[in-house]
Amino acid sequence: MSSYDHNPIVEMADITKNFGPVIALNGVSFDVRPGECHCLLGDNGAGKSTFIKTMSGVHKPSSGKILFEGREMNFTSPRDAMEAGIATVYQDLAMIPLMSVTRNFWMGREPIRKLGPLKMIDFDKANTVTMEEMRKMGINLRSPDQAVGTLSGGERQTVAIARAVHFGAKVLILDEPTSALGVRQTANVLSTIDKVRKKGIGIVFITHNVRHALAVGDRFTVLNRGKTLGTAQRGQITPEELQDMMAGGQEMVALEGSLGGTV
Amino acid sequence: MTEEAQPAGGPPNTKVDERVREIGGFRRWLIRPELGGIVGTIAVFLFFIIFAGDSGMFNAQGIMNWSQVSAQFMIIAVGACMLMVAGEFDLSVGSMIGFAGMSIAILGVTLALPIWIAILLTFALCIAIGAINGLIVVKTGLPSFIVTLAFLFILRGFTIFFPQIIERRTIIGGIDTAAEGDWLAPLFGGEIFGFVFQWLSDIGLIDVFERGNRAGEPVIDGLPMLIVWALGLVVVGHFVLTRTRFGNWIFAAGGDAQAARYVGVPVERVKISMFMFTAFCACVFATCQVMEFGSAGADRGLLKEFEAIIAVVIGGALLTGGYGSVVGAALGALIFGVVQQGLFFAGVESSLFRVFLGVILLFAVILNTYIRRIITGER
Repeated sequence: MSSYDHNPIVEMADITKNFGPVIALNGVSFDVRPGECHCLLGDNGAGKSTFIKTMSGVHKPSSGKILFEGREMNFTSPRDAMEAGIATVYQDLAMIPLMSVTRNFWMGREPIRKLGPLKMIDFDKANTVTMEEMRKMGINLRSPDQAVGTLSGGERQTVAIARAVHFGAKVLILDEPTSALGVRQTANVLSTIDKVRKKGIGIVFITHNVRHALAVGDRFTVLNRGKTLGTAQRGQITPEELQDMMAGGQEMVALEGSLGGTV
Repeated sequence: MTEEAQPAGGPPNTKVDERVREIGGFRRWLIRPELGGIVGTIAVFLFFIIFAGDSGMFNAQGIMNWSQVSAQFMIIAVGACMLMVAGEFDLSVGSMIGFAGMSIAILGVTLALPIWIAILLTFALCIAIGAINGLIVVKTGLPSFIVTLAFLFILRGFTIFFPQIIERRTIIGGIDTAAEGDWLAPLFGGEIFGFVFQWLSDIGLIDVFERGNRAGEPVIDGLPMLIVWALGLVVVGHFVLTRTRFGNWIFAAGGDAQAARYVGVPVERVKISMFMFTAFCACVFATCQVMEFGSAGADRGLLKEFEAIIAVVIGGALLTGGYGSVVGAALGALIFGVVQQGLFFAGVESSLFRVFLGVILLFAVILNTYIRRIITGER
């Protein structure tokens, strides 16, 4: 894997996070390198969401270090993380359904055209770039003023990913991008992930679906009850082992026996 | 899983999805937020041309009459519209109108400050109250419905209280005499383009007074500043909302505040500034009104907040935020003005105006819900 020649873009060392008496993260270490897809797995409540929110600047860690390209960072808002190059695509908060694809794509960073003293959005540029970026990701829009609500779930994720890539993300955090999607849409999102990885962007792919993780992942880290259970490389671990680690072993084996197959 | 995946790095799938129907011209037109307003405007004009066409409603004075009433609605509808698109309500607009008028009267008449100072101080005060409204809403996360309902009562209470203890009455007059020779007052109470109306009467398009001490002068001396403000606010509001970066943030803040925050839109700032803008619009309304009447009354602006909201909803905005049009809201206001004055011209009992409001509100909301489904593809 060529990606191991590089140093990590983001390195999270021994992160803890407390919410009052609740210890959400209890010493999590994680890194992502350019051009790799690092899957973060874990069952509900394992701390995945808290962890990526720490990485993307929503939460401040209670202790631990965040290194970005070797320098220690102190993000105080999602905007800081974004400006450094960490983009996050949230599961259901990625897009605003009533707004057009263009308006969503450029939201927060609208291109400006000046007409005398008036500053307005350069819609010609915005529309052209949006159509072009979407075409690169394999989605042909009917028109750039089509409302995002008319797109499928997978297409919405793709718009969000294309947006992050266009604005120069070096690390892309995807929060359960496939959890609400059908089979074909999932495949489209996974292939988008692959395209993005080939551009040299580091991807953090959060999921609780082992098969989706194994389809695109280079490395796999399992979180359980706020702790990392370990990191494995592609080919070193079987789906069954991953599944067992996520669920915490024991009970899962018994359950699977009664269900007669991989969950 | 892999058998479904496209070959990685292969040519992107560029064929058009056969299940996406092309949206026809009619349907495309149907999802414009202004649709309800356009249809409604045509309908009310047709109705009154048929039933009140010969009543003087459509001569120069008649047109000026319902234009002024519509302009009043328009001024507050622009503010309410942009605030609703940003995802919030302001129920204190009506009380704010009464409060602002009374503030000008107390400062300018009772305390005898120059009117321009009274006007500027009142604007500052109202915009500050708007900011407080907004701050409370964004900081507590409470529904703006409740917060501004509180201010509806607080402001109305003060509007009655202050003139009562200071002047022992609830109507303060004498603003017109106090405003004479003031440089700022004509910006709200004056008229412009008098020469245009003079010219129109010269070529016989509008009537002239036939007797009295103004015989020979046109029946309309100029375009009231009230109408200029209304049109100006509509143009500026429409431009800001549809053409600027800030406008995009207004849509985003109302469409999904959390998603907007995640891409760096300063949602709190956007919402607070929209509350301030709504207060500004209410203050413009109030200033024009006191300049026209020459007095301020503690009961001015009653129910205006609801009329503004209804105009906005007729104009196609969604009560849930994130979608709407200033031009639509302006058409909603025009419908109001035409119907309210039209019923008078047609000799219909004016209380029926309220019935009309209720009925049209219901229709507008049903239509909007349907349109929203078309846009978002919900079933």
